[in-house]
Amino acid sequence: MMETKNVMIVGVGGQGSLLASKLLGKLLLTKGYDIKVSEVHGMSQRGGSVVTYVRFGDKVYSPVIDKGQADFIVSFELLEAARWTEYLKKNGKIITNMQQINPMPVIIGAAEYPENLVEKMRDSGIDIDAIDALSLALEAGSPKAVNMVLMGKLSKYFDITEEEWLKAIEESVPEKFLEMNKKAFSLGRNI
Amino acid sequence: MKKLMLGNEAVARGLYEAGCEFVSSYPGTPSTEITEAIAKYNEVYAEWAPNEKVAMESAFGASLAGRRSFCGMKHVGLNVAADPLFTISYTGVNAGMVIGVADDAGMHSSQNEQDSRNYAKASKIPMLEPADSAEALEFTKLAYELSEKFDTPVLLKMCTRISHSQSIVETAERIENIKEYKKDIPKYVMMPGNAKRRHPIVEARTRALVEYAETCSINRIEEGESKDIGIITSSTSYQYVKEVLGDKYPVMKLGLIWPMPEKKIKDFAAKVNKLVIVEELDGFIEAHCKNLGLDCVGKESFSMIDELMPLNIAKELAEPWSVRAPLDAAIPPRPPVMCAGCPHRGLFYTLQKNKITVIGDIGCYTLGAVAPLNAVDAVICMGASVSGLHGFTKSQKGEADNKTVAVIGDSTFMHSGITGLVNIAYNESNSTVIIVDNSITGMTGHQQNPTTGVNLKGDPCTKIDLETLCRSVGIKRVRVIDPYNLSECDSVIKEELAANEPSVIISRRPCALLKYVKHNKPLAVDRDKCVGCKACMKIGCPAISIIDGKAQVDATQCVGCKVCEQLCKLSAFKEV
Repeated sequence: MMETKNVMIVGVGGQGSLLASKLLGKLLLTKGYDIKVSEVHGMSQRGGSVVTYVRFGDKVYSPVIDKGQADFIVSFELLEAARWTEYLKKNGKIITNMQQINPMPVIIGAAEYPENLVEKMRDSGIDIDAIDALSLALEAGSPKAVNMVLMGKLSKYFDITEEEWLKAIEESVPEKFLEMNKKAFSLGRNI
Repeated sequence: MKKLMLGNEAVARGLYEAGCEFVSSYPGTPSTEITEAIAKYNEVYAEWAPNEKVAMESAFGASLAGRRSFCGMKHVGLNVAADPLFTISYTGVNAGMVIGVADDAGMHSSQNEQDSRNYAKASKIPMLEPADSAEALEFTKLAYELSEKFDTPVLLKMCTRISHSQSIVETAERIENIKEYKKDIPKYVMMPGNAKRRHPIVEARTRALVEYAETCSINRIEEGESKDIGIITSSTSYQYVKEVLGDKYPVMKLGLIWPMPEKKIKDFAAKVNKLVIVEELDGFIEAHCKNLGLDCVGKESFSMIDELMPLNIAKELAEPWSVRAPLDAAIPPRPPVMCAGCPHRGLFYTLQKNKITVIGDIGCYTLGAVAPLNAVDAVICMGASVSGLHGFTKSQKGEADNKTVAVIGDSTFMHSGITGLVNIAYNESNSTVIIVDNSITGMTGHQQNPTTGVNLKGDPCTKIDLETLCRSVGIKRVRVIDPYNLSECDSVIKEELAANEPSVIISRRPCALLKYVKHNKPLAVDRDKCVGCKACMKIGCPAISIIDGKAQVDATQCVGCKVCEQLCKLSAFKEV
């Protein structure tokens, strides 16, 4: 029996993590897995810290991922990657965008954005890919394509062909933005 | 056909397949997508009602007329609809009627975390509780069968993790199911004489439903390897139990959460050494077991507070679970904030600058209470700003008249603010109500409402004119302001507070996230002009930060609303 695989997609409300989870869900359904994808709606979407859970395997029970369970944490923002490290499995991997977005406590001077987060995570033994997904997304044509850059990077660790990924993207993205999203995916995949 | 669906979409699919013909709901996280999804099926009439009471009464009317009906709401919406709920329990239904209610343990987007199962018991209405999308679809269809078989409305209880999780469902064809309307005064006219004869029918119905609960397949027992512990659970808690324990202990999973079986539970308890109840929020199953005289472990192990998570179960039942140590870094929290360009920001800045007491309400604008604006003094429930303001000003005997306002959104005002305004007009308190009209129901994800001129299906429809409505109930002073214009906000608010009669200010500008709203070019800061005085930081815009002592605008977030520009005495903001 295949052990359930756990992917957390974290970021700041409004960054587009819902599309990434939609893409993963579509892709994994075609592979015949049992799947659960848990999303966040409502108030948290207003610039707060958001998390989406994607779980797949032979039989998936819980819709959420608890501490110590995540095989992958894909983060749209650096501080958010650091926020969820306790959820990472012992040999889990973090893929994070290097972009920094100040939360309100930092903006108003009540807290500081911690420095050297990538080094701190590495020093604590975390396997981390830190990439400048925003620049690659801009290269592809839009800052909104950060999600596809990150999915491209994640795809390297999945036993699923590039063609299958691209087909799932075609089914998840409006025609108008398809080429841009495919380019962003490819840039992420080939870093 | 296998599909991946949100729990809420699966409920909508179940409504479609069950031949539901009429849906009336009020949006509320986490229930909203049920009604958004059903609106895509042309065979089903679906609408946004102004509030949950109207939605439930309309759904009752459709059931009376012989059409299967549904109304959906969040847990606190059921409070609003509690009045019809308790009496529709007495009348029963003609065609099946299902009431969807979605709880929000953990308060991801709510003002309390009440447990709706208590309503099922109190109103004597059966309640089904699905544990994933497949069950959401299956239970929705079953709910109609039960509704018609037992002549009762049926509650379908969702929660955040079921409503907003996608899992696999198998879809089927729609079956039409229509009944004729028959006049039946003793059954449907609930005056004392008739209601007295209906109440025993309700109690007999509950006893019949207990019999059903003893044998129905949705109350199932899954065998386990050890009889040391036996677990009774439902909903997400069932999923967490299986996640942590697999098939280690026998599990009774309740799909019908009210009424609960008696013999089945006693027999289950007799076969295990220790009975453990795993449930989220209140000890509802636990209280039932204790009423049956059973010794069990419940809320002393699993808290009544917040969401239950798999780790809670692992800890309490001593299962191994390895957790990584926290990172050695102070991670600042990231609470939700008003978006860059949010039209509410300029209004709240003006209110806090003038040290005005604000009785707030439910919506995105509740975020006016967070730092740095800290502009809201109290928030209770939908509509409470307007009625709360009346009590505040009236009881202060003139002391509060010129320094207290209510702030309420367009949709919330239509939901239950208007009745408070009628009270202000009728009982003559010198109150100033500010309606923040952003032309949409914002927080729940852009739903139409009676003031937008568009219905749930996206078609143009009658638009309630807020100015006319307020004047028609007797408010003579009605002003409209643009919240992007700070000087206008300031002068109009001062004038209306000074006036010696009730007034309404409509702060009107569409939500910056609406697709049709054209954004201006982002602003940038001239670093030679900026002296780092932080005047622009008082509005709490997420697009502005102080970097190396000077303001800096994040061009990816800024929509060019220019509220910051109006605060800068040195004209350091400029268009890029």
